[in-house]
Amino acid sequence: MTIKERQDEIIDEFSIFSDWMDKYEYIISLGKELPMINEANKTDDNIIKGCQSQVWLNGQLENGKILFTADSDAIITKGIIALLIRVVSDQTPNEILNNELYFIDQIGLKEHLSPTRSNGLVSMVKKMKLFALGYKAKTEN
Amino acid sequence: MSFNIEALRNEFPILSRKVNGQPLVYFDNGATAQKPQVMIDALNNYYSFENANIHRGVHSLSQEATTAFEAARTKAQVYFNAAKSEEIIFTKGTTDGINLLAGSFGRTFINEGDEVIISTMEHHSNIVPWQMICDERKAKLRIAPINEKGELLLDELKAMVNEKTQLISIVHISNALGTINPVKEIIDFAHANDVLVMIDGAQSVPHMKIDVQVWDCDFFVFSAHKMFGPTGIGILYGKEHLLNKMPPYQGGGDMIKTVSFERTTYNELPHKFEAGTPNIAAGVALNATFDFLNKLDWKVIHTHETELLDYATAELKKIDGLRIIGEAANKASVISFLVDGTHPFDVGVILDQMGIAVRTGHHCTQPLMDWYKIPGTIRASFAIYNTKKEVDKMIVALNRAIKMLR
Ligand SMILES: Cc1ncc(COP(=O)(O)O)c(C=O)c1O
Repeated sequence: MTIKERQDEIIDEFSIFSDWMDKYEYIISLGKELPMINEANKTDDNIIKGCQSQVWLNGQLENGKILFTADSDAIITKGIIALLIRVVSDQTPNEILNNELYFIDQIGLKEHLSPTRSNGLVSMVKKMKLFALGYKAKTEN
Repeated sequence: MSFNIEALRNEFPILSRKVNGQPLVYFDNGATAQKPQVMIDALNNYYSFENANIHRGVHSLSQEATTAFEAARTKAQVYFNAAKSEEIIFTKGTTDGINLLAGSFGRTFINEGDEVIISTMEHHSNIVPWQMICDERKAKLRIAPINEKGELLLDELKAMVNEKTQLISIVHISNALGTINPVKEIIDFAHANDVLVMIDGAQSVPHMKIDVQVWDCDFFVFSAHKMFGPTGIGILYGKEHLLNKMPPYQGGGDMIKTVSFERTTYNELPHKFEAGTPNIAAGVALNATFDFLNKLDWKVIHTHETELLDYATAELKKIDGLRIIGEAANKASVISFLVDGTHPFDVGVILDQMGIAVRTGHHCTQPLMDWYKIPGTIRASFAIYNTKKEVDKMIVALNRAIKMLR
């Protein structure tokens, strides 16, 4: 599935939630299910310190695609990370760099990706793109 | 004595709005307090009909604006019982006041080898300016310890005072813990040892009326926005003889007497410390703020806020796995807490969905959070207009959040 298709799938899933509780319960469950990041990858390089919560993000290149793993100390942040990973992980650097992430807006979680929340998510998205840039440079050499 | 809380609440228009479809429960008063209509009207009226720059024009508008601005200084002097209105310096707020003091007092009175004492529970704004100036002046910043309850260890603080100590700069009420520090005792002890004292009153002013001469503090800083006033203005109170010995902090208009390229002479107090066009609108609106504060019966408010604090504390303690951070014997109506198995950020997000505004995070007191070995807390801070019914709503919402998150 392309990044766009994955985003549209999530938007579709979220359209059934009639109230905020259902939505947040789902995000929380995603957060609880997010596969553990390898402890060895929780390095200082991979940490993003938000004022409110912290995020760890690691990206590895396999067969030309980047596999992201991540973690957070806050479960809602972690649930949103799970969504981001579902969209962006296992894609080529080019696809990651060339696609806009619009689903967060559409499922009504925009405020979580605003700099003022300072939960680390904005920097996390930036960092995903940085991983893509880095691996792109590597693979093209 | 009964106090008509509904009438008081009605003076604050924001309290009747909804957030996320729910009636707002505003428990983030420690960050900033809400505004009464009289203050909002004063701001509005200033910009609508009174706007002019102050201290400069001969025209009537400028005179009027100057008079209104200076009237606020006099009201502040009377309200805090300063000896003279020249001792009231307008700043941008607490942070600005402390920076002024560190920059001006620091560069005059703090020398190599000297010491400044703060405490573990300080807000970043009463840490970083002192770190900066102590670094610059090769002085030492010393940190008075606290106990697990969040109380200052007074004996240890006293033991730190020596002939090198120039200043104790300490918070009156901790924004993160609610602890009320025994500032009078600290000031008396410091003065007996020839040490000056600055009090960070940012969290004091919304809860009580302070008399700087009773305290006999040398400096006192706060922000108007935390005491139901406008943002962008605050006050540094300082004893006249000390302020007179301090050099200006910023250069520019208003703070000078004469300027030539060879030599500039400075204006007198308080203008010496007020370079440039100040926040005139906020200054003018401070008049309305003091009028509002002067109508309050602080005894009744103290009783009301203590009831809220005790009630909320008891209700929170019923929640399984909830831990209160800051259990000082003498506390203002601020409660920080953590809930086992949940992260403060998550709890804050869910409460917000239910219209309840609390603060989560480190509250600009990272060293304090490190001391407790916690990432932050959830903080409910109450003000004069909060009610037990609102506390009940928070408890219901909190139980729901915990159920969702655990
Ligand atoms: C104890 C304390 N000191 C200083 C400050 C800083 O105040 P301001 O941001 O208004 O300058 C605050 C505000 O949060 C505070 O609570």
